[in-house]
Amino acid sequence: MNITQLKIRKTLVITTALIAIAAATGCHKKASGVDPNALGPAPAAPAAPPTASITADPLAIDLGQSVVLNWRTQNATVVTIDGIGEVNSNGTQTVSPSNSTNFHLTAKGDGGTTEANVRVTVRVPVAPSAPPAPTEGDMGSEAAFHQNVQDIFFDYDSYDLRPDAATSTAQAASYLAAHPAIKVVIGGYCDDRGSAEYNLALGENRANAARTALVSAGVPASRLRVISYGKEKQFCTEENETCWQQNRRAQFSLDR
Amino acid sequence: MSSLKRTSLIRRAGLYCFGPIPVLFTVLFAMVSTLHAQEGFKTETSSGVTNIRIAVADFKPLSTDPQTASLKTTFDATLYSDLANAGIFDIVSKSLLPQSTPGSPADISLQQWAAPPSSAAMVAFGSFAIQSDKIVCSGYLFDAKNLQYPQVLAKQYTDVVTEDAARQIAHRFADEIIFRLSGGSQGIAETKIYYVKIAGPDKEIWEMDYDGANQHAITHLGTVSLSPRIAPDNSRLAFSSLGRDGFQIRMYSLILGRMVNFSSTGGTNLSPAWAPNGKDLAFSSSRTGDPEIWITDVNGSLARRITSFRGPDVSPVFNPRTGSQIAWISGRTGLPQLYIMDTDGSAVQRMTDGGYATSPSWSPNGQFLAFAWDRKYGPGAPGGQDIYVMEIATKRWIQLTHDTGRCDFPSWSPDGRHIVYANTADGKAAHMKIWTMLADGTQKRALTGAGGDMPNWSWK
Repeated sequence: MNITQLKIRKTLVITTALIAIAAATGCHKKASGVDPNALGPAPAAPAAPPTASITADPLAIDLGQSVVLNWRTQNATVVTIDGIGEVNSNGTQTVSPSNSTNFHLTAKGDGGTTEANVRVTVRVPVAPSAPPAPTEGDMGSEAAFHQNVQDIFFDYDSYDLRPDAATSTAQAASYLAAHPAIKVVIGGYCDDRGSAEYNLALGENRANAARTALVSAGVPASRLRVISYGKEKQFCTEENETCWQQNRRAQFSLDR
Repeated sequence: MSSLKRTSLIRRAGLYCFGPIPVLFTVLFAMVSTLHAQEGFKTETSSGVTNIRIAVADFKPLSTDPQTASLKTTFDATLYSDLANAGIFDIVSKSLLPQSTPGSPADISLQQWAAPPSSAAMVAFGSFAIQSDKIVCSGYLFDAKNLQYPQVLAKQYTDVVTEDAARQIAHRFADEIIFRLSGGSQGIAETKIYYVKIAGPDKEIWEMDYDGANQHAITHLGTVSLSPRIAPDNSRLAFSSLGRDGFQIRMYSLILGRMVNFSSTGGTNLSPAWAPNGKDLAFSSSRTGDPEIWITDVNGSLARRITSFRGPDVSPVFNPRTGSQIAWISGRTGLPQLYIMDTDGSAVQRMTDGGYATSPSWSPNGQFLAFAWDRKYGPGAPGGQDIYVMEIATKRWIQLTHDTGRCDFPSWSPDGRHIVYANTADGKAAHMKIWTMLADGTQKRALTGAGGDMPNWSWK
């Protein structure tokens, strides 16, 4: 038994019932036959509810890629898709959403309203937060980097590592080993005493001392880049030892 | 008075020089006594004879053009200050000059200028006019003691009607007078000074006339550019500039008015220096990991390393007389010291015996090194960073600046009589000004306001 047969039978049943009711109620007026016009609009026309389906291919994309929407409806007079507007009853459309989107299709017809949905997932690259495990491409957070890879401070006019630099170098090396994607810029800095040119050379020696320490601790040299800033970029400008010490450093930062 | 002060300072240097090298102490002490006996050495500032007494008359205006007066004022002031700055004249104060304004040889009565109070040995005078949109200037130099044939110089100049042209005419005439009266050494009135202009976080390279006039920008790179060094033929400007890979040597063509190529390498590349032949460039490069002195051609090719000691090696400068020696600063023994060597890296000689020495500049005659030196460098030590001149043959030195704050980056004028340098009275880098002085430390005056640093005097 198929749908058409069902519908015919259903129509027959309804028609029969209507005739019966009309006959029963109309008895007192006129017993002779039924005037079809008195029954109003075609009793056989009650519309079927619309059908609707929508698919997307593919269902997940990377940001910037596009996806093909494909929809089919029946018995609908007005078909709309949220965010696109009114569309044909059957159709396809290429869209490129910037974030994950529910495409919501509404098919309105005489027989009612039917809805259909498809969700397109857009993979937006996001900076991963806490480093859960060493993975390729994971640079870890800025904060975690500075907590583990700490700047190295130097004595006055010296580029030799102090004993306290040894522990921080070891910690830095192990953090960098756990995050193989990280590349590092080592900046060499000097306090503002002395001469600009000599301080640039001294800053280069400081940054290189830090680089050598990391390489000895197992960090590949290819991941380390050295820039001397001499006394051209000061962290503070007070004329006292606290400030001078702040400026005599090798500073590590993520090389993006 | 000044010689007394100098001697006492040197003696103090000797007394403070204790430490592990008693030989040095002895040498220094011997040096002190020699100095005491000889009153130091002579720089080219003093020619050994009494300075020539010269009177500079205001030029006679010969046109009624409204611009004449103001341009002539510029011309007169520039000529007077050029001759006063030259360091070889005893210039007659304008208030002592005769009232007359001679415009041509027929106008002048020389006896009037030779007589007291002006008592001039030489008189510079002439006329200044604007004729058919040109400055026309006639300049004369007369020997006031030779009444029969007094004319030493007669020059005529024609140029466009601008303030700058009026100044340049005065510079050219001044250089002629200096050339004639100094025994053949070229004047410097037409030379330029290149320097670093501090502008907020950036530093650009600027140019000015030798007397501080006409200050203007050369580069607009929007980064930190340092150590400008002008080529001997004034065609190119080498300097060091901060980019993504740190400081690299950059090259600017003053003929093309734009940057030109200079091969960049790894590491920090600093403090370029031109060889006097204009074909080689020495600079500090850390391409091998440690800052060393390298020499390349003017495009950065044919690189060769000439030092190899652990520690900073920086600020090379060629002997401009021979081109066969380099003076530079090395931190191989700790604090930076002044050294010299041959350009192949041999014959290394340490010149300073302690303290903190930086920024050498080699005198044009090859005999002296000017440099910045803090002789008692260290926390709490007295004294500061001052400009010194050392005679290379004897390693004797004199101190040229005293108690004026931090001084740095001396650079010799091409005539060897002047030194331009940077000074900051309160030690703050942003307050650095460029000063000039005679090579004996006299006649100091500021050329720029705050924000001028690292001056470099052109070779001609």
